[in-house]
Amino acid sequence: MNQPVNLEEFPVNRESRSEQLLQVEDLVIDFALDNALFKRQYMRAVNGVSFDIRAGEALAIVGESGSGKSTCARALTRLYPPTAGKLKLNGRDINDKADLMSQSELAKQVQMIFQDPFGSLNPVHTIRHHLYRPIKIHQPHLKGAALEAYMLEMLEKVGLTPAQQTADKYPHELSGGQRQRVAIARAVATGARFILADEPISMLDVSIRLGILNLMADMKEEGIGFLYITHDIATARYFAERTAVMYVGHMVEWGESDSVTQQPRHPYTQLLLSAVPEVGRKRGAQKSCATTGNQIPLWKPDSKGCPFVSRCPKVSERCSNEMPGVTQVAEDHFVRCFEVE
Amino acid sequence: MDYVTDSGNARAVNNVSLDIFPGETVGLAGESGCGKSTLAFAIANLHSAPALITGGEILFEGQDVLKMSDEELRGFRWAKASMVFQSAMNALNPVITIGEQLVDVVLAHEDVTLEQAKERAVANLELVGIHASRMNSYPHQLSGGMRQRVVIAIALILRPKLIIMDEPTTALDVVVERDIMDQLYELKEEFGFAILFISHDLGLMGEITDRIGVMYAGKMVELGDSEELMSHPRHPYTRGLLKSFPTIFGPKERLEGIPGNPLNLLDVPNGCYFQARCSECADICINTMPELVAVDSQSPRLVSCHLVERGVAQ
Repeated sequence: MNQPVNLEEFPVNRESRSEQLLQVEDLVIDFALDNALFKRQYMRAVNGVSFDIRAGEALAIVGESGSGKSTCARALTRLYPPTAGKLKLNGRDINDKADLMSQSELAKQVQMIFQDPFGSLNPVHTIRHHLYRPIKIHQPHLKGAALEAYMLEMLEKVGLTPAQQTADKYPHELSGGQRQRVAIARAVATGARFILADEPISMLDVSIRLGILNLMADMKEEGIGFLYITHDIATARYFAERTAVMYVGHMVEWGESDSVTQQPRHPYTQLLLSAVPEVGRKRGAQKSCATTGNQIPLWKPDSKGCPFVSRCPKVSERCSNEMPGVTQVAEDHFVRCFEVE
Repeated sequence: MDYVTDSGNARAVNNVSLDIFPGETVGLAGESGCGKSTLAFAIANLHSAPALITGGEILFEGQDVLKMSDEELRGFRWAKASMVFQSAMNALNPVITIGEQLVDVVLAHEDVTLEQAKERAVANLELVGIHASRMNSYPHQLSGGMRQRVVIAIALILRPKLIIMDEPTTALDVVVERDIMDQLYELKEEFGFAILFISHDLGLMGEITDRIGVMYAGKMVELGDSEELMSHPRHPYTRGLLKSFPTIFGPKERLEGIPGNPLNLLDVPNGCYFQARCSECADICINTMPELVAVDSQSPRLVSCHLVERGVAQ
């Protein structure tokens, strides 16, 4: 049942740095491929993914399109029901039927920032309206002048000054970067402890991407946990303490960001890193990204082996029959690959 | 070249001069709205109202593209200069097969039989690594990377001398992007076309281009040899842009990027357009527009900045 709202807990509890915020345990998500009544075909979009995020910490999930990174994020907002596995927020299973968390209770703690700041704001409402809504719903104790003051504080926090003028504007009067700041202010205004940022900067101008990343880093300082979804492994290293690399629904390598990006052990991570264009590097300087094909498999519940088999330069016979176990290669750095074992 | 859009007369491209030599790859960098795509459209004379060219000329092998008749333009576009657009994923017609789209291009420009055109189409698809059996596929049956390859095949089929690529790989994954760029370079070595490569990704650009022009608010602010420009950027904007990308191998430090927002072209200042966001802005910058000039007699680098000109900045 709904628990009474603890008003003192909001907007942000600052004394919670090391507490475990979110745990994902063996998450599996299947999607139906057809509508057959019997013998329905499924694809496995996410397979056996586990991670945890602490307050004030960011985890980046890196991978190419279709690797299941957004699906993970959506499962955390309960947009997709998990086929198996547990999603725990502050130790409480968000899908537990016996003790079901209401959607608003979940939304108060978990908020999302989307890729497209042009699509995520309503063009016919002012910025004030966009921020009032979540505050009224999730912080109902704020009324009148207190509500206005809190809203302005949120705008100032994300660097939209003068806040008073910005609040009266409509989304079309703001630039892409400013709109994304509104989206962040809106997420933070609920008092959210945990923010899912799904490619938050990929549609923004290069010159303002860093501003948004730095803003999110400041939010981290205040104890908000982030799940940062991206295909840009360089910004993952810049923003997130920990990085997980996903391939076809599997986490293939994860751990501390610097360790994963500087000493990649899984062939897929090595491929990703060698493909990143780097300022100051000349064409042809990185020929190590040889792959044996670019067939990305469709993963089914009964598929076997390592998903990277079809592209892996170091493939052996064992790889197509068995999924490699987890190998710890450094204090906080794990890989699933027989080669590393 | 001076080019004006009509929505309140925003000067999208302002006095930009650029040469592209045969077989050369020139990059145009800058953020959205700096005029780099507008310039590309103008080169193929593809702009339409409310865009208006108010001055300058575009010479292709000595002939002014802007003064060509419709007939001449048809011969020029695609046969001599082709384009790969930003949304190349959507540049293909969804209701006809890719084979037909390739054949159409050949038939429209050359006096050949349908059979010959088909042969050409198959050969070109194979050039970009797509099997001939895909001729009868519709665009939606292909992945984003394959669609991009088809678009490149179409751009190449008449063996143009110049290919204008406007953010060709922005929508693609890094691994696919790398594959396509490598392939494009093999083809370039084979056929010797020139490329005008437009992107905001300076990392990729530094790897593949010979020269880079950096644009800000419609003006060319720096132009030079790409390797040199990447290692020793002179204009404050170029330096800011280069610092906007977290590196993957370099030291990890907090980067500041470029403060402020892009310039509103409807409300431009008197002096340097970058003044509001420049950390080294001086009095002269506020009042006088800097010229794009050679700053060093030893190198062909052109920079448009008072401070660099006077040797104050590095």
